[in-house]
Amino acid sequence: MAEFWNGNMAAARAVQQAAAQVIAAYPITPQTHTVEYLSQFVADGDLDARLIKVESEHSALSACAGAAVVGARTFTASCSQGLALMTEVVYFTSGMRFPVVMAVANRTMSVPVNIWPDHQDTLVLRDSGWLQLYASNVQEIYDLMLCAFRIAEDDAVALPCMVSYDGFILSHASEPVTPLPSDVASAFVPLRTEHNRPLMDPASPQQFGEVLFPDYYPDFELKKHRALADADAVIERVFGEYATISGRDYGLIDCHDTADAEIVLVGIGSMMQTARVAMAQLRAQGVKVGIVNLRAFRPFPARALLDAIGGARVVCVLDRDIGYGTSGMVYPDVTRSLFHQEKRPDVLNFIIGTGGKDITPATITRCVELAQPGYQGQAVFWPDARGAAEGIPYTEGLSI
Amino acid sequence: MAVKLKKLTDTEHLHTGNLACSGCMEVLGFRHALKILGENTIVINQTGCLAVVMQMGVPKVPHFHVLFENAAAVISGIDDALKAQGRREGVNLLVVAGDGGTADIGLSALSGAIERNQDFIYICFDNESYMNTGGQRSGTTPFGARTSTTPVGKETAGEPRLPDLRKDMVEIIAAHQIPYVASASMGYPLDFMSKVERAAQVRGPSYIHCHAPCPTGWGVESCEMVNVARLAVQTGCVLLYEVSQGQRKLTKRFGRRRPVKDYLVHQARFRHVLNDDEALAAIQQGVDDRYETVANTMA
Repeated sequence: MAEFWNGNMAAARAVQQAAAQVIAAYPITPQTHTVEYLSQFVADGDLDARLIKVESEHSALSACAGAAVVGARTFTASCSQGLALMTEVVYFTSGMRFPVVMAVANRTMSVPVNIWPDHQDTLVLRDSGWLQLYASNVQEIYDLMLCAFRIAEDDAVALPCMVSYDGFILSHASEPVTPLPSDVASAFVPLRTEHNRPLMDPASPQQFGEVLFPDYYPDFELKKHRALADADAVIERVFGEYATISGRDYGLIDCHDTADAEIVLVGIGSMMQTARVAMAQLRAQGVKVGIVNLRAFRPFPARALLDAIGGARVVCVLDRDIGYGTSGMVYPDVTRSLFHQEKRPDVLNFIIGTGGKDITPATITRCVELAQPGYQGQAVFWPDARGAAEGIPYTEGLSI
Repeated sequence: MAVKLKKLTDTEHLHTGNLACSGCMEVLGFRHALKILGENTIVINQTGCLAVVMQMGVPKVPHFHVLFENAAAVISGIDDALKAQGRREGVNLLVVAGDGGTADIGLSALSGAIERNQDFIYICFDNESYMNTGGQRSGTTPFGARTSTTPVGKETAGEPRLPDLRKDMVEIIAAHQIPYVASASMGYPLDFMSKVERAAQVRGPSYIHCHAPCPTGWGVESCEMVNVARLAVQTGCVLLYEVSQGQRKLTKRFGRRRPVKDYLVHQARFRHVLNDDEALAAIQQGVDDRYETVANTMA
């Protein structure tokens, strides 16, 4: 039966069905509802979890780490400034190989003060050893959250996982969502009773979090890197199982009309749904546009992306973020994936929608216009900004 | 109630041999605490000297070196997870940390965990500066002490913060209405162990602030460590007391306190103070004032 949920409710319902045992979080807009909903579930007796109302995000993830080291299923939620405060523990958690699941309602980083969505907060953590999945609608938030517990806790992965979704656009907007019946969901994400990773237990004392000297450090790093890189197979397997019980078939990426596309738009998040509206209009005008939505950003789905891009003339990477002084943060991974291709397309970068500026079909159409022959080299465009930094190509702001 | 030497177990929960400096009082304190708490103890070790010297499997109990400031939060997660799993009974949850991690960078995590009434024992070994990074001043460094960030120079000499104004962790924690909080000293190990025992009997949070002189950072001969720790108490620089369910009680009281100079004279970090009558008088006055203030509140 379909429900009418906002994104934070979809995340909270998934956590409830996954029966998370320890939840620790701290309020920050636009994530806060998630934990309020979970608090209500606990207050109503609909969720048997321990809620730790910590005094900071740093402590939120630290408490999750503590729960994980004795084998409990654990969840937190954050974004933006909170995620930045938590960052030390973000690395600690992946280094300890704790399968914590975190929901992030993406929000930009202050200052200037801004509570609206872009992907600045999570993309700077792309190299922190966490899996990163990006939802592009509310249904996906629910689905990816359930899958995230399975993926993170898989013995071959044993790494934490962020499920990210655009603040307000997805966190606060309600859409029809079809959840799984609770018994089906529970059977899909059963609590693990046996663990292959070491746990803190007085019956078998072990030491955790110790120093690793330089001679062995690369060995450890390689293992962690491989676990994350090879998680793509686990993600696909879990998505496959999920498809059989939900009827919703997800891949590492989501392709639309890429087979004959001359221009392929690549990006993450809710803007890729907007891009589909623009694509339909452009296709009607005879412009051969295709779309690749990166559902998994870590591990980076390079092979799937290459297959999807095929023989396109130009790839437009849509970044709702900026790596100051270089390009958007999705762009380098796309260009790196394409670099060794014999015949490679031009790759353009469009910085759009930062700080919650509306991305409309017109924004996307403008990007496609700029990708017509005549641009210079591998450019970074700011089609919705009213000014530009010295030396970076830009276009005038859109009136939309 | 009080721990007796004759009844103390011979069982050790640390393997022999570790990386600590000769005369380290923090390792001694950890060893003594584990003698009381026993093998069913999970230890969260905040970054500091102890975390470093416990490397390579020294503890025989589960031991987790976490970050510099998050031990109280990590142990909160363990406390709740074990409760969720129905395995909390019979397990002691212990945090060991230094003064920098406790009084400075980790104070908010500790305050939060206490306010939430998490069930754990927190022992801060206070050597009055950041010894693991080479001896920088902390929020508990006493007036006049030379550290690497309060050096003795032409303009200033040692820690300038006036006596009595350093962070008083016992009173800060007591203000949380915590069930049990105590100060202790490695110069009086039986008193310390008695307090660990009482802390373990508490349901909810308990906190012990243990004075642990540092041979390397303070410039004290290893063989003098116990003597220096005892002098800190005998001069009144360190007061041994506890606040149990709101009841305040001195656990060591002296008819006549020794002058603070007797304590300072053993320490290289105070060498520049010994011939400075003004500074000495200020230190003595600070100790006298605090002794009066705190001791007068005691049973």
